[in-house]
Amino acid sequence: MHKVIGLTEAVEMIPDGATLMIGGFMGVGSPHRLIDELLRQGRKDLTVISNDAARPGVGVGRLVDAKAIKRLIGSHFGTNPEIGRQMIAGETILDLCPQGTLAERIRAGGYGLGGVLTPTGIGTVVAEGKRQIEIEGKSFLLELPLSADFALIAAHRADYSGNLEYALTSRNFNPIMAMAATTVIAEAAQIVPVGVIPPDDVITPAVLVDHLLEREKLNGR
Amino acid sequence: MDAKELIARRVALELKDGDLVNLGIGLPAMVTRYLPPNIDVFFQLENGLIGLAPLPHPGLENYFLGDAGGALVSSVPGACAFDSAFSFGLIRGGHVDLTVLGGLEVDERGLLANWMVPGKMVPGMGGAMDLVTGCKRVVIAMIHTAKGKPKILKKCTLPLTSARRISLIVTELAVIEPTEEGLVLRELAPGVTVDQVVEATEAKLIIPSAIPEMKLAA
Repeated sequence: MHKVIGLTEAVEMIPDGATLMIGGFMGVGSPHRLIDELLRQGRKDLTVISNDAARPGVGVGRLVDAKAIKRLIGSHFGTNPEIGRQMIAGETILDLCPQGTLAERIRAGGYGLGGVLTPTGIGTVVAEGKRQIEIEGKSFLLELPLSADFALIAAHRADYSGNLEYALTSRNFNPIMAMAATTVIAEAAQIVPVGVIPPDDVITPAVLVDHLLEREKLNGR
Repeated sequence: MDAKELIARRVALELKDGDLVNLGIGLPAMVTRYLPPNIDVFFQLENGLIGLAPLPHPGLENYFLGDAGGALVSSVPGACAFDSAFSFGLIRGGHVDLTVLGGLEVDERGLLANWMVPGKMVPGMGGAMDLVTGCKRVVIAMIHTAKGKPKILKKCTLPLTSARRISLIVTELAVIEPTEEGLVLRELAPGVTVDQVVEATEAKLIIPSAIPEMKLAA
């Protein structure tokens, strides 16, 4: 099955107001070409699920700069003063959750779970309005799953069929997000023939990847 | 020796051979400079790595390997990479022996606030709540006061990071251990008196009859 898609065409599938999961941690392992194209096409009113907003001019921070995000769900926004300004001005809604809880909520969304029980956040403002469940004398918070219309994934290598391999800390949220969205669009730094990535090294199987972004053009070719 | 170096040197002595350690950004990250000799420790990055190493030389940055603050770093031979869910499984599941974090406030109960100043700071707990809830030991490395005001308080005024009591506070004045009974003054920095620590601390301190000087090298 042929999955390769052009950059313009890939982003044209994403409507204004869509909910997007965007991989990356402070811009490392973010799908930078897809983010740039979202900006070029002027997409707006997005709900974005992403660990952080990096810095102005970097990764998800570029969508913040362009005021393309209406609601941002993540764990750490302290490195981006512009998102703080937008939050205080009432332009953007921020939903914060602990980083491990964010990862588990995304995992639950992709793994078919009704939620996860975590001790993180008990006795803090994070627990407000959430169900607290006692198991064998210990308290846990019920945290609900997250899912999205699209997951925008960055991989180190893809093969022609869409199997994905990641490198070092650029893996971060990408593999769990690839499980939790209706449509998965992956961009890879390298694309290699099927069979080059050994089965043990495939982290995201091709069946999860709906569209594989075409290779970046070099020197205009 | 400046205050931060002193704190980092003392905290480094908390690291034991074979430990898996997670360091916060800023002052806690300075601990790597003062590791005791003859111990092997592994540094975890919450963004998905065991085996952090400093960048060997400018120009050798790998854009697939950053630390939790977004700086590009390196890895040791034998390092291991994983996704965010696994990384927080290590943290929440009690597989990390020690985390060293900064603090805005710690109180008499040993509870920490370090992620939010309402109305002033763009909020974000990042991994802090999971680290304090799940790591085997939690050491807070911080300057004792902020603009002359105590940070070790009767009760935290800022939103808490966790309902779990932290293990140890290390400042440029003292080492303080939160216990069931309250905060115990364990060590004094060189040249510092009990009165100076009490003066700079709002919380009640339990003061043993003999208090050793803070060790700064193994």
